[in-house]
Amino acid sequence: MEPSGAVVRFDEVGFSYPAPGGGHGPEILRGMSLALDDGSFTWLVGPSGAGKTSALRLMHAALRPTRGEVAVLGVTIGTAARRALPVLRRKIGVVHQDLRLLPHLSTFDNVALPLRLARRSEARVAQEVTEMLTWIGLEHRASARPEELSGGEQQRAAIARAVVSRPALLLADEPTGNVDAAQARRLLALFAEMNRLGTTIVIATHSEDLVGRFPAPMMRLERGRILGHGA
Amino acid sequence: MSNRSGRDPLGLRRAMSDRLLQALIAAMALLACLGFAAARGVDALGERWRLGAEAAVTIQVPDPTRTRIALALGVLATLPEVADANPVDPERLAELLRPWLGEQPNLTLPGVIEVQLRNLDADVALIGDRVAEAVPGAVTEAHGLWVGRLAALAAAVQGVAYAALLLVGLIAVAVVAVATRAALAARQESVAVLHQLGATDREIAGRFARRAMVLAVCGGVVGVVVAVPAFFLLARLAQPFGAEVTAESLAGLPWGSLPWRDIATVPLIAGAIGWVTAQSVVRVWLARMP
Repeated sequence: MEPSGAVVRFDEVGFSYPAPGGGHGPEILRGMSLALDDGSFTWLVGPSGAGKTSALRLMHAALRPTRGEVAVLGVTIGTAARRALPVLRRKIGVVHQDLRLLPHLSTFDNVALPLRLARRSEARVAQEVTEMLTWIGLEHRASARPEELSGGEQQRAAIARAVVSRPALLLADEPTGNVDAAQARRLLALFAEMNRLGTTIVIATHSEDLVGRFPAPMMRLERGRILGHGA
Repeated sequence: MSNRSGRDPLGLRRAMSDRLLQALIAAMALLACLGFAAARGVDALGERWRLGAEAAVTIQVPDPTRTRIALALGVLATLPEVADANPVDPERLAELLRPWLGEQPNLTLPGVIEVQLRNLDADVALIGDRVAEAVPGAVTEAHGLWVGRLAALAAAVQGVAYAALLLVGLIAVAVVAVATRAALAARQESVAVLHQLGATDREIAGRFARRAMVLAVCGGVVGVVVAVPAFFLLARLAQPFGAEVTAESLAGLPWGSLPWRDIATVPLIAGAIGWVTAQSVVRVWLARMP
């Protein structure tokens, strides 16, 4: 269990992906320690290959650390029973760098996925998804499949899917990479509003420009290590 | 906006081909129906042989005068093991032997008494001794040996039928497993997304299992429906061995003797195979994910 009030805690975390020939490959994350308080907003910055995505995946319980301890929303990822992880994941919203919209579903149904997994009524699903699509300006694209959306529209749909269930923790990996400046500002406003309502937010980006638009605590990663914290 | 795909987030209606899987399961179901019918048919045949022949004993009475025949019948009537005893009509006996003996008016045939035993475990030798004491020269013949061989043959054929049913079941499992793995491969990314959104193994495996079950049940029903004309065709092929079967006498076929209860379970068994196999395949696959 989580020892303090931190929503996310890393203690000397190391992670390496399995090597093709067996065993572990080189360490992607090395001795990483951090604590993110409830309701905080954190930028995770660093160059490509610094380990930002792996750190987010550990926070999302999509990976387990190869050493050290990761605790998220009170669940210790390394030792938690496998059956305990789906409940945890439903409390976390994720925007993947590659978006991962389901190609055979409409925009509406993609955004509705977390609500349907949570077994919300269809009436409530319809209301909440419609509100979310309106907020991100995709209400007129509700029936379109991802292949019919532009890159920016796909990105907005992926963000809508991540936030529609009002998660306790939102993890976003380069969430504004494909949208124009106006849309990026609008999405940042959405994240800020969610943060104001209590959601803990971690956004990984290599864009210093984006960080400059929303001043918040920043964590700089390089070669799998945290080089510094700052605002 | 929301449509049917909302209830099928993995798009299994497209990923799990309904035509091929249904057709293969239908073929398996047809074979299963034929297997059940064969097992039941051989069982009924064996039972008929056993009851018709094992319970029958023939007694040959040389010099078959009325007195000797009556004497033998009188002894048989006193034995509790004997249910019924009837002399074979000499003319019928001559008719039965004519193909082998030809016209032999001067040949004296022995009298034959057909005896039905009340108890299959009755001591036939003792019956023969009692009759021979009263009617010297009377010979009693039981049919136990060849009936035993026929019964063993029937049991062996029935065993083969059940082995074929088991094999059909195993092939059905393999077919569903291959179809499920193909669907998993086609929807690998979608399964990963649902998993990351917090879907449990039970929810994901359940979607595959329900799809496989529906397809298997439909295939099973198709197999059973196709089995009915197959039974009729087989009955026509078996015509030389039984009563005449024509299209006009369809209602006269031995439909009642078919194992309808077993056949009715074929779609249900197919559905169960589909559900359990898909669940197992998907859960094994999901176990590799964190």
